[in-house]
Amino acid sequence: MSILSIFVVIPILMMGGLFLSKSMTQIRTVATVGSALQLIASIVLVVLFCGERAAGNTAEMLFMADHVWFEPLNIHYAVGVDGVSVAMILLSAIIVFAGVFASWKINPLPKEFFLWLILLSIGVYGFFISIDLFTMFMFYEVALIPMYLLIGIWGSGKKYYSAMKLTLMLMGGSALLMLGILGIYFNSSVDGNLTMNILEIAKNNAIPESMQNILFPLTFVGFGVLGAMFPFHTWSPDGHASAPTAVSMLHAGVLMKLGGYGCFRVAMYLMPYATVELSWIFLILTGISVFYGAYSACVQTDLKYINAYSSVSHCGLVLFALLMWNTTAMTGAIMQMLSHGLMTALFFALIGMIYGRTHTRDIREMGGLMKIMPFLSVCYVIAGLASLGLPGLSGFVAEMTVFVGAFQWDDTFRRVFTILACTSIVITAVYILRVVGKILYGPVQDEHHATLTDAVWYEKFSTITLIIAVAGIGMLPLWVSDLLRDSISVISERILQYI
Amino acid sequence: MNYAEFLGMGAEMTLMVVIILLFIYDTFAPSKCGKYLPITAITLLGIQTLYLAFGNFADVSLFGGMYISGSAEQVAKIILNIGTILVFIQAASWVKDGDMQIRRGEYYVLTLITLLGMYFMMSAQNFLLFFLGLETASLPMTALVAIEKYKQNSYEAAAKYLFFAVFSSALMLLGMSYIYGVTGTLYYNGILSNITASPLTILAVVLFIAGMGFKLSLVPFHLWTADVYQGAPTVVTSYLSVISKGAAAYAFMMVLKDAFGTADLVWLTVMYAIIILTITVGNLFAIRQQNIKRFLAFSSISQAGYIMLGIMACNAHGATSLLYYVLVYIFSNIAAFAVAGAIERASGKLNISDYDGLYKTNPKLSVAMMLAMFSLAGIPPFAGFFSKFFIFYSAIETGTTGMYILVFIALLNTIISLYYYLLVVKAMFLKDSEAPIATIKSDGYTKAVVFITVAGIILLGLVSWVYDYIYGMVI
Repeated sequence: MSILSIFVVIPILMMGGLFLSKSMTQIRTVATVGSALQLIASIVLVVLFCGERAAGNTAEMLFMADHVWFEPLNIHYAVGVDGVSVAMILLSAIIVFAGVFASWKINPLPKEFFLWLILLSIGVYGFFISIDLFTMFMFYEVALIPMYLLIGIWGSGKKYYSAMKLTLMLMGGSALLMLGILGIYFNSSVDGNLTMNILEIAKNNAIPESMQNILFPLTFVGFGVLGAMFPFHTWSPDGHASAPTAVSMLHAGVLMKLGGYGCFRVAMYLMPYATVELSWIFLILTGISVFYGAYSACVQTDLKYINAYSSVSHCGLVLFALLMWNTTAMTGAIMQMLSHGLMTALFFALIGMIYGRTHTRDIREMGGLMKIMPFLSVCYVIAGLASLGLPGLSGFVAEMTVFVGAFQWDDTFRRVFTILACTSIVITAVYILRVVGKILYGPVQDEHHATLTDAVWYEKFSTITLIIAVAGIGMLPLWVSDLLRDSISVISERILQYI
Repeated sequence: MNYAEFLGMGAEMTLMVVIILLFIYDTFAPSKCGKYLPITAITLLGIQTLYLAFGNFADVSLFGGMYISGSAEQVAKIILNIGTILVFIQAASWVKDGDMQIRRGEYYVLTLITLLGMYFMMSAQNFLLFFLGLETASLPMTALVAIEKYKQNSYEAAAKYLFFAVFSSALMLLGMSYIYGVTGTLYYNGILSNITASPLTILAVVLFIAGMGFKLSLVPFHLWTADVYQGAPTVVTSYLSVISKGAAAYAFMMVLKDAFGTADLVWLTVMYAIIILTITVGNLFAIRQQNIKRFLAFSSISQAGYIMLGIMACNAHGATSLLYYVLVYIFSNIAAFAVAGAIERASGKLNISDYDGLYKTNPKLSVAMMLAMFSLAGIPPFAGFFSKFFIFYSAIETGTTGMYILVFIALLNTIISLYYYLLVVKAMFLKDSEAPIATIKSDGYTKAVVFITVAGIILLGLVSWVYDYIYGMVI
């Protein structure tokens, strides 16, 4: 068995363990041990991967394994990772680990909650390791459907509406994707050896240009829906606001990255011609996402809505940077995915903890929390600073790389959009500092809040894990970009040929 | 006549033996042995299925080519048998109830006779045999729908079913007579070589499709479906919705492929429009349904539209996907009907809104229902996802732009269908209720059928050899 299949096997075993669990302690033990094992496995994977690369293995994907699944249809269970997927797997493992601790006291139905959460994580891991389009698509949908129950049962606010809206919009995206994938498959080869394997499709490079122009929008929009691309982002604020803490973390932190990763790996990699032809449309749309998301965040009063719109803006930046094609910008995009994933997870974890105490997320009803819960407040400030791009934290590294890469183009169209996107950083500072000033400093708004307690050990554990990761990217950016660069330049150069 | 030819029909002959044995048992066994009838029926049919699956069959063509049986027909019959066994297990707890006790013999014998009719329908290579099979499958069905004859609903449903069955048969016969007039033969292969695209042929094909449309409840010939499904006893409904539909779909495919052929594509255009209508209308009407049986009726209308996509492809993948879809659909739909039936028997409640908070009181039934809904909606890793993907695959394989558009419309419809399937999940899991349905104590048969169908929903897709097996038999 390939080392990669471990990432699917561990969660399946965890689900078995959870199924048999009787008490809360057992549930927690299974969830903690399992997610810790995943985290260790993903760190080992990164180390092994770097070792292979250092030893001079330049294959595009490492640790490949291939098993025939449905022979008549040439569907395989094929796995393999490059630098980008390794980074994504590590990100997912960190967030799932933190998410388990953030939902330590989940109520009601803890067993079911963790079962769905782990099923979701199977989808996520499976998606990142797959190199067969069918397997990839299957895991993608596995990751989507638990959201309905997770939000619907354990959510808050108008949860039925949000859960349904989110599920249907994402499934709409995957309907486009399914057509796109079938289209890619039936055009994958000129000599009749049709294949679902991404590497082989890329090697054959046989998709006719007229077909690419149809299939590229289908796949890009299909994944773009999950990447919260304007105008398909509307599920995101409602969904995030209604979801329980760990689900918001996982969803904003990891699931939205599935969208960006899919655009990168499937749409852009397999259809370079159409990428060059049609990017301008999506550049406009993602540009609007970046700008509009940031502005919308400024006028929200609900903490979760602020972060949800901020996610729209940041994830828009990911797709925006990917569409700049050059290695620098694309590296920035992937780093932005990592950075945004960790930082948003941190935000949602903190918001969940604050909400659990104050029972309100309205920033007008809170104030002076720094005096009451210093630990959570300091963490919130750190997350905010990472979000607005303070050097030393992950956000700065990512955004800097993106804009350096984007500015390498000297045509007016891209320049204008780059400058517009740059302004979003300023707006980010506005809404982050507004929230920080309003809820953390100043007088205590509500005298009931004065008696509240600060974070307890499992909450601290969850937040500190994420802060270490955020700071880690900020301190060691070169290490991260070395990990990513080789894998990205393959795809970037492939696209740049077609200019 | 060469009587040895009868022995060539292995599947039909063995089924006939099963029917006769059951009939004798029901008539002559002492009355205290009556309660073993369900288990006897299940065992006998199970043995016959095993014989079909592992027996040594040669490809035969009998009675001057009127009847054929190859490995494709064989696997189709096995699939129908599996479905019928599941329905029988589901029925076992229903026929124990007071009023049904005296009629349980009839239930089993009549059901098996319809199955025999379907066998003939699928093996036919001549319109006469096809029609005989179809009528043998339809008329006992009417009696089955009316089997709870003291309930007005059941009675009314049977009358509706009878009228529609007769009417559609008449239409189909008219179509067949035109075909006979044009080509001078009723054998499929003779028709295929003589058929030309004259207006009369087109009329005949359209009439035939209309007749089959009634049987398969394709829009716009679907109007009887909801009323009959609602009125018939739940067990009969689940038989009607999966087995009849699967058999009719397969026989329909054989006729279109073997008799009308791919050269003259009139029927493709007609079916193209019918599929779009069926999927869309079925879905839109399902959204508004409150009664779970009516809801499943409209859902099954739209599912029939998806099954028809397999016909459009006219190739080995199409036929395999169609049979595989039917198999998965059998498991998913019977799971849904088994849960609905168990709840109906225990509490008499049939509305989706009555299911509010069901998970709190009946977690296992709710999970089974949820998996059935997910499978019907095509959510991975459940079997329905695979069957939908494969059926789309086979449709797109033909490579025409029209097919891409058709699949796109079908895909958009999966979103609508997901919405209403999730409404059931929402009622059971998300909502709370003041007075939820009390915890149901299910008997062994109900547990067995729910367990088998849920296992099927989970495994049929992930385990690839089911598809490989069907493909190997069809090709």
